[in-house]
Amino acid sequence: MRRAWVSVLIGLVVVAAGVALASLRVNPYVYFAGYVILQYVVIATAWNILGGYGGYVNFGTPAFFALGAYTAVVLIQLMKAPLPVLIVAGGLVSALLGLGIGYLTLRLRGTFFSIATLALSVVLQTMIINWEYVGGSRGISVIRPSGPPFGNYVVFLFTVMLALAVGAVLVARFIERSWIGRGLAALRDNEEAAECMGVPTLRLKLFATTISGFLLGVAGAPFPYYVTFVVPDSAFALDYAVNALAMPMIGGTTSWMGPVIGAVLVGTAQQLATVTISSDLNLLIVGVVLVAFVVLAPEGILGLVRRLRAP
Amino acid sequence: MTTPGALLHVDGLTKRFGGFTALNGVSIAVKPGERFGLIGPNGSGKTTLINCVSGALPVDGGRIVFDGRDITALPAHRRTRLGIVRSFQIPKPFTSMTVLENLGIPLENTAHGRADDGAEAMQILESIGLATKADLRPAGLTQIEMRKLELARAMAARPKLLISDEAMAGLSHAEVDDILTILFRLNAQGITIIMIEHIMRAVMRFSERIVVLDAGERIAEGTPDEIVRNPAVEKAYLGE
Repeated sequence: MRRAWVSVLIGLVVVAAGVALASLRVNPYVYFAGYVILQYVVIATAWNILGGYGGYVNFGTPAFFALGAYTAVVLIQLMKAPLPVLIVAGGLVSALLGLGIGYLTLRLRGTFFSIATLALSVVLQTMIINWEYVGGSRGISVIRPSGPPFGNYVVFLFTVMLALAVGAVLVARFIERSWIGRGLAALRDNEEAAECMGVPTLRLKLFATTISGFLLGVAGAPFPYYVTFVVPDSAFALDYAVNALAMPMIGGTTSWMGPVIGAVLVGTAQQLATVTISSDLNLLIVGVVLVAFVVLAPEGILGLVRRLRAP
Repeated sequence: MTTPGALLHVDGLTKRFGGFTALNGVSIAVKPGERFGLIGPNGSGKTTLINCVSGALPVDGGRIVFDGRDITALPAHRRTRLGIVRSFQIPKPFTSMTVLENLGIPLENTAHGRADDGAEAMQILESIGLATKADLRPAGLTQIEMRKLELARAMAARPKLLISDEAMAGLSHAEVDDILTILFRLNAQGITIIMIEHIMRAVMRFSERIVVLDAGERIAEGTPDEIVRNPAVEKAYLGE
């Protein structure tokens, strides 16, 4: 319990460091790019709770992310709801979708579950495209609230996303080290054996899909204010599906550190490539690195480190 | 039909897979502390019966009562917590965990569960002869060690009823004796055991009472001696 407090403290220190960085007023692009990287820390961490700990590979990340974003769009349209409300609401709506996906695991396992989540993304995108209120396929313009608590709005969003990232990582770490994480690992290794050893597999799967969905929605909720123009193509971008899966795989899926390492490394590489080479290069980088890792280091960077340390 | 005092009571169990009836109104009663053998030719429904009792498969008819409680509708993990624990025919270890951590899962998740400091798990490993392998991953175990891990993990769930599904298939003569010794000792500690086995030498030596299944029906019941002399059993195994 004391160690849990220590990690919460460390998280607060990280957020404080972020606030300090925000007050430094370096090149604004740093915050702009940093936001994306932190957003991927949340996304990769969220994906990993279900995919890494529980072994259920979700290809439908864009659906959860976009659901969070469009929930925010609706609330902005309706009542100009404040950012904290958007984040909580976006998370809750995506959590509901996660719960629904959780019941799918009753019948679908392995590849079939993954295919279903992929289909989910397509279905949801089609619905959004045909919903005029949130802009349909033409997209919708969102006006940022004037006067953020500090800095300009991008700097403010950067700090918010940093806090969300720290929160997501703390949640993942807590799950990993509790009986829930150990139960998820057991069902990942062998679901039938886990159930027969007293692990409430259905309840754990529902928990994992719900919390994973919640965090993905949370990551998506500030998105409208970040881009200020939301189109289905950007909210449902393939990048989210690929990165959500690739980052934990590259970092290592069995520990909360893996997705963080993966997201920071790959996210930074993508941002650098976007500025220096071309914005289309992003997925190519991830693709090549992912293939290399799957073949050469299936347990990711953490696995490599562990192997090097072992006598 | 109810047998007073039975620990496990399976009453008229029916299980169909599509048009195929795998179990047709099978009834068995296992007394507390008993060593119970379940035999039958391949495809006779032994494993299906065990899957129904442990909760891996839903039943199409009949009733399962354990320790005076109707468990027919309970999910498998709840049955484990009540004390019905099975080992698998093909070992299904948790491959990403060490041998010791494998035992932590049932210790933590059964009714008696609490976060285990490893002492109880270690004690079980010692009693079964796996203590030196505690920190290994299952991939580093031999076949017999893998079977022992299955049993050790089952024991960590503190079973009242242990169902051993072909724990000895493919093992050598000496290894079979090794496993038998462990099962006898568990039984002496008060654990009721259902043994499903093709190795007749083992099941005849171990069981106090045997039920024979054939094509989803119960065709005989009795002591090992009676079963050996039963013409219906001989017919089921060897044909006419």
